[in-house]
Amino acid sequence: MNDEPRPQAQSDLPTVRVSLTEIFLLFFHIGSLSFGGGLVAWVHREVVERRRWLTQAEFLGGLTLAQVLPGINMANMAVYIGQRMRGIGGAVAGLVGLLLVPFFAVIGLVSVYGQFGTSATLQSFMDGLATTAVGLFASVGVKSLRTSATGLVPVAVIAAIVVMVGFLRLPLIPVILGLATVSVAIAWHKGAAGA
Amino acid sequence: MRDDHLWTLLLVFVPMSLLSIGGGGSILAPMYHQTIEVHGWLTPREFIDLFAISRAAPGPGATVVTLVGWKVAGWTGALVASIAIFLPSSILCFIAARVWNRYRGTRLHSALERGLAPVGTGLLFAGAIAVLRAAETGPLGWAIAGAATALLVWRSLHPLPVLFAGGILYMAGTRLIS
Repeated sequence: MNDEPRPQAQSDLPTVRVSLTEIFLLFFHIGSLSFGGGLVAWVHREVVERRRWLTQAEFLGGLTLAQVLPGINMANMAVYIGQRMRGIGGAVAGLVGLLLVPFFAVIGLVSVYGQFGTSATLQSFMDGLATTAVGLFASVGVKSLRTSATGLVPVAVIAAIVVMVGFLRLPLIPVILGLATVSVAIAWHKGAAGA
Repeated sequence: MRDDHLWTLLLVFVPMSLLSIGGGGSILAPMYHQTIEVHGWLTPREFIDLFAISRAAPGPGATVVTLVGWKVAGWTGALVASIAIFLPSSILCFIAARVWNRYRGTRLHSALERGLAPVGTGLLFAGAIAVLRAAETGPLGWAIAGAATALLVWRSLHPLPVLFAGGILYMAGTRLIS
């Protein structure tokens, strides 16, 4: 009902027009094939690198939001991207697309599970998938460095999170809230200096 | 009786959805407690099996909740449990995304975006390290994860073949070592 190109002055609207079907199919594809975790790499590849729905900075902003809010990170990411592109319809299309195949796949697997039982080889393969999936999200981290590591302060923030959350396992929320506040405040001041 | 089960599924998983800060991993401990110790839906062995199955299936690992619902009350249970774990947090995220995007173009929004970018990057690396440490995969795991990272960064390959190659290498590697 609203296929008119929207006025450019409204900067809160995405630059790419995307249909609900495209959003559904993208997350359906990711949901069906993303074995072993590392879904963020799939989303990044499709949404930032290939389709250019979001810029690197928009993607990282959404990712942080998805991780800080309660909920499964990738479900939140589907909602965030869907909302950004097409409002509530987009959010529903993204979330349903993401979960449709996994919903039936787990029930299918549990039904045949009795016939296979626990196989040490399969278990070891699954561990291998989980380990390689680490490489999937680390690669998104490396690719995002160009956008995020733009000075001394951002690099210090990245390093502090890696040490505090990754190695010291400090509680996620206070660490993020603390560092995010500092990081955003400094970005705000730099914005004022630049303007 | 069945309706009671469905209500209980909602009562267990809706609060968990809203408290699952930091992703799906954070619900495992409370879920273990609720499904085994409080409601007696599963034995510890069954819980571990369901968790392994949810990891073997595509999609987020939180689909283990779907399986708990399925065990408790069949297809309806699976649907109710899935909605209970995914919908409340998604509604919250939708509202946050709407507010976030409404302020696009303002100075506050761009400061937030620039300020949060390093936080997002840091979390990706921290997540990678946390998983490797929790999985106790040893040097082989770190080597495979490192190689996968390098391949995906420099060659921009599709994740699926990289994932399966890594799985097979790891399987072969652990066979050789043991």
